Amino acid sequence: MNMTQTTDTSPLLVEMCKIVKRFPGLVANDHVDFDVRPGEIHALLGENGAGKSTLMNILAGLYRPESGTIKVNGNPVNFNSPRDAIRTGIGMVHQHFMLVPSQTVTENILLGLDKPRFLLNLREYDRTIAELSTRFGLYVDPRAKVWQLSVGEQQRIEILKMLYRGTNILIMDEPTAVLAPQEIEDLFKTLRTMVAEGKSIVFISHKLQEVMAIADRVTVLRKGKVTAAGLDAHQITRQDLAKLMVGRDVVFHVNKKPVEPGPIVLEVKDICAENDKGLKALNGLCMNVRAGEIVGLAGVAGNGQRELAQVITGLRKCGQGSVTLNGEPVSNQSAMFGIARGIAHVPEDRTHVGTAPNLSVTDNVIMKKYRSKPINQHGFLNMGVAEKFASRLKTEYDIIAPTIETPVRLLSGGNLQRVILAREISGHPSLLVAVQPTRGLDVGAIEGVHNLLLEQRANGAAILLISEELEELLSLSDRVFVIYEGRIMGELKIESGEPAPELIETIGQMMTGTPLEKVQTGKVLLHA
Amino acid sequence: MPEQTPSRTAAARKPFPFRLHLEPRLSEPPRWYPVVLSLGAIVVALIIGGIVIALVGGDPFQSYAHIAKASFGSIGVLSDTLVKSTPILLTCLACSIAFRMKLWNIGAEGQFIMGAFGASAVVLIPIFPEQTPGYIVIPVMMLAGMLGGALWGFVPGILKAKLNVNEIISSLMMNYIAISWMNYFIFAVWTEGGFQMSRMFPKNAWMPRLLDFADSLPFLRGLTTHAGLLIGIVAAVILWFVVFRSRWGYEIRLIGDNPQAARYTGINITRTTVLVMILSGALAGLGGMSEVAGVVHRLQTSPIAAGYGFTGIIVAWLSKLNPLVGIVVSILFGALLLAGREIQPSGIPKMIQGVILVCLIASDFLMRYSVRIERVGEEA
Amino acid sequence: MDVITILQAGVGTGTVLLFATLGEIFAERSGVMNLGVEGMMLLGAMSGYSVAIATGNPWLGVLVAMLTAGLLSLVHAFIAITLHADQVVSGLALTFLGIGLSLVLGEGLSKAGTVALLPSISVPVLTSIPILGRIFFTSQNILVYIGYLFIPLSWYFINKTRPGMHLRAVGEYPAAADALGINVFRMRYFYVFVGGMLAGLGGVTISLAIAPGWFSEMTTSGQGWIAVGLVIFAQWNPIRAAVGAYTFGALRRLILDIQGPTMILGMANPFYYNPYWGFFLQMLPYAFTIIVLVIGSRDAMRKRLGAPAALGTPYIRGERGR
Repeated sequence: MNMTQTTDTSPLLVEMCKIVKRFPGLVANDHVDFDVRPGEIHALLGENGAGKSTLMNILAGLYRPESGTIKVNGNPVNFNSPRDAIRTGIGMVHQHFMLVPSQTVTENILLGLDKPRFLLNLREYDRTIAELSTRFGLYVDPRAKVWQLSVGEQQRIEILKMLYRGTNILIMDEPTAVLAPQEIEDLFKTLRTMVAEGKSIVFISHKLQEVMAIADRVTVLRKGKVTAAGLDAHQITRQDLAKLMVGRDVVFHVNKKPVEPGPIVLEVKDICAENDKGLKALNGLCMNVRAGEIVGLAGVAGNGQRELAQVITGLRKCGQGSVTLNGEPVSNQSAMFGIARGIAHVPEDRTHVGTAPNLSVTDNVIMKKYRSKPINQHGFLNMGVAEKFASRLKTEYDIIAPTIETPVRLLSGGNLQRVILAREISGHPSLLVAVQPTRGLDVGAIEGVHNLLLEQRANGAAILLISEELEELLSLSDRVFVIYEGRIMGELKIESGEPAPELIETIGQMMTGTPLEKVQTGKVLLHA
Repeated sequence: MPEQTPSRTAAARKPFPFRLHLEPRLSEPPRWYPVVLSLGAIVVALIIGGIVIALVGGDPFQSYAHIAKASFGSIGVLSDTLVKSTPILLTCLACSIAFRMKLWNIGAEGQFIMGAFGASAVVLIPIFPEQTPGYIVIPVMMLAGMLGGALWGFVPGILKAKLNVNEIISSLMMNYIAISWMNYFIFAVWTEGGFQMSRMFPKNAWMPRLLDFADSLPFLRGLTTHAGLLIGIVAAVILWFVVFRSRWGYEIRLIGDNPQAARYTGINITRTTVLVMILSGALAGLGGMSEVAGVVHRLQTSPIAAGYGFTGIIVAWLSKLNPLVGIVVSILFGALLLAGREIQPSGIPKMIQGVILVCLIASDFLMRYSVRIERVGEEA
Repeated sequence: MDVITILQAGVGTGTVLLFATLGEIFAERSGVMNLGVEGMMLLGAMSGYSVAIATGNPWLGVLVAMLTAGLLSLVHAFIAITLHADQVVSGLALTFLGIGLSLVLGEGLSKAGTVALLPSISVPVLTSIPILGRIFFTSQNILVYIGYLFIPLSWYFINKTRPGMHLRAVGEYPAAADALGINVFRMRYFYVFVGGMLAGLGGVTISLAIAPGWFSEMTTSGQGWIAVGLVIFAQWNPIRAAVGAYTFGALRRLILDIQGPTMILGMANPFYYNPYWGFFLQMLPYAFTIIVLVIGSRDAMRKRLGAPAALGTPYIRGERGR
């Protein structure tokens, strides 16, 4: 690649050379080189599935590479476990927090260390950790149990955990995915403090604007290979990075034709509901979706999105309020009741909720149809009809699977999502509730999902799109509701085209609990 | 923190030139593979069993040869094998349907006992006058047996469905309760002159046997295979259709594979749990009925509570929960039990069953993962 | 029929359940459910008894019982931890294997003659405590006293020490423990082994101390399963496990004793005059286990706490979510 390589010659802290790591069916890292210098923020950019996390899991000692060498401070190392990596000063904050929910903050930080030797003596350590957290501005109560804490606080524990181990090189895997824009700003402040103290940070992300905002250097991965190594982040444009990341010019907007919205299909009024822990998750929530429109629901994860989807689809009881579909009440009925009235649901968790992994493609696509004719005949399944139906969907939705008999656990993530979408859409639903439909998919698959959603919109379906990807919401939705602690903070109309920065800032403030009418705009959010 | 390179530890270890490389399978193995794998597991189990037999001073070759001869050697012993297989088949079906839903009903033993009890009650109370023809008595006994088993399946089922009580332990506890229950009636109520057994059933409560037809077909003389086997095979075929071709069976398979997905599809898991446990219990109960009416012809503890319910668990697992395969495997295990009676020490059949089950579960690993032996460092 | 005698004997009988339950708590706290307790107990009872006969040394019997049961538990550990198989089925298989092995190896053991048993002792000063002294500290088997020590030690170990903290972490969130360099596989193997050893100790407590002898399957008569049930009732807490175990022990004793005297509470004892009613008494421990499970499950549902989060799930490092 003939790009502007930085010519800094300060000694390398970490040097990864020709790293190869295979997973069954794919090469996650294909002779990847990567290095870290002292006191820098080095961003590792790439799409979902490009191999970023794999590469850093290798550096953190969690995976072992098939071949390649790693040097720390010029000495070759061979990590057998994360403990080895931590001993050389490398620590990783994973995307899914590695915290034991039933233990206290202090216990989590002490986990895996040689000291205390045998007796825990927590009180003494509580004090040490309180001191450390003040020093870096990572405020959290050492005696709190982790499950009681917010996502932002949990991330702070993760960072503290690494700082307590004297980490020199902190790897952060998609740290902003779970944070609201304002929290991201706090995180960036902490990271800069750490760099000022001489520590290095590897920042894994697939979000261009964040990388541009925080990184000193950028390495880009695509499909397991390096497409650009150690570029100076200050001398490169967003468009260039995008091209390196995706391999072609990225279209930042989707082809959304104007559709005249029809009557209200889904009406949610004053819904209250509890989450699995018995805490209030929805608190007087109101919203609606019309036919022929996509309504986005924006919000930081865990603010009641999942519970809302479950209440609408009949999977969760609500305490008060009502949900009506085309004027008919559907709340506090069974899931079957909603399915029979045309509610389709693309669940958040493809493998654990959306499909039965060991059953065949056929068995999976008839999940919503097996109760009615022609598949069900007097209590018995007409397998001929079912198989014909499955074959038709397989062709129509480009599901790549050896046969329709193949168990779906053998399908890739994108194809699994196609199975679910095919099943849900083929019933011509009047309402489609799609929760995180593109999470973890590669760009091609994401585009496919987006096009299917837009197609349904054109066909007059009402679509509720729940997503944590703001960009996705803004490019697909006609309207966006912002949810915070089980309440709607406001409703925004979305014009097509590149969204204005003020809009993003407004949504950001709403996502952290400011109602729309109290939002003050004008402040620049990210220092790009 | 001290900075040291951990490569020392790796270097100190002498590299073994080969290593096993495990990968999750990405495609389905060919159709013959699971069959060969199961057979391989049984062979390994028999070898391990043989070693243990040799250790306690027995002759494994003689033991196994004896098993083969004593179970398939002639029409007569083959018939005896089939008699032994009948209760195993029915308890196997009972376990298959419950395990298919990942309901770990290990109370088939107790359900079997209650089936035997229910069927015996019809005869011993007695409900019918002595001259009632068999074609009335037998079906009523079947119903009573299924009812007894179903009741014993219902209790853990409803506790699991409504209160999330671990069905493994509750169904197992029901076994012990069933034995005490039956014993009470054998000792205190229906005892024959103080002996620990009931009186012999009248002929109208006996299952038809092959030897009943020896008058017209002389070669059937002495063959004790009874109609219970036919009932078992019919039940297996029906169960296959229910599991793989019916709407309800689809729901059971869906719940078994992923209860969350089933919930999301709108299936009532609570109701299905109770129904499946009732069906499972009824099948085991039918097995108990067939055993008292076809073989024992009286209520007596030792031949009834002989562990058929537990063997059914292993057979169900070996047949991969497929009712039709269950027919074949039941016959093999019938042979093992039949011949095992004469082998010393007497615990050997039970031990071999245990070893087989362990090897089967271990072999399942090779269904999910492929193993490659590769040279270390070939890529470096 | 003396309440104190029953309680005193109940503590002894309950010690069997105590050891097995504590062992299962350790295994389950590490995330591995081992349903093979019955098989391991029986093997422990058998091997301990036969070694005591062969050598005349009951302590050697205890040691061997713990080792053999521990070794048997490693079969489960291998299948469940290394081969990622279903722990329920594997535990069942272990039960069969343990019972089968015990029956084969213990053939003829019931007629093998007399055996040196573990001694019973009274604790000098503590005996004189009113009531409690007689229940807990008078002519109890030495293993019973060891059981007393195990209760607070187990609790303290799990909740207040570094290895205990690691144990909890491995059972709750193995990936987190692994990321910090705790060897999840080694820990799980170790605690399954500990569970096996304690189950073996429970078994040998029967055959060499509480109800000496070898009565093939009737030696344990389902107590291993009761122990598995008690773990749920105990909510994985050693103190609650002790309460449950001793209560069950007393219940077993009561059932035996109630059939003895001709008079009970000043009335003609119906169980004495109708000996067959004893069959209904025999059902009680098993019925009680079910009731205890119901209570335990309701508690867990109400408080929304309970099993270690990773209980029953194999840990596979680096598995990609597909």
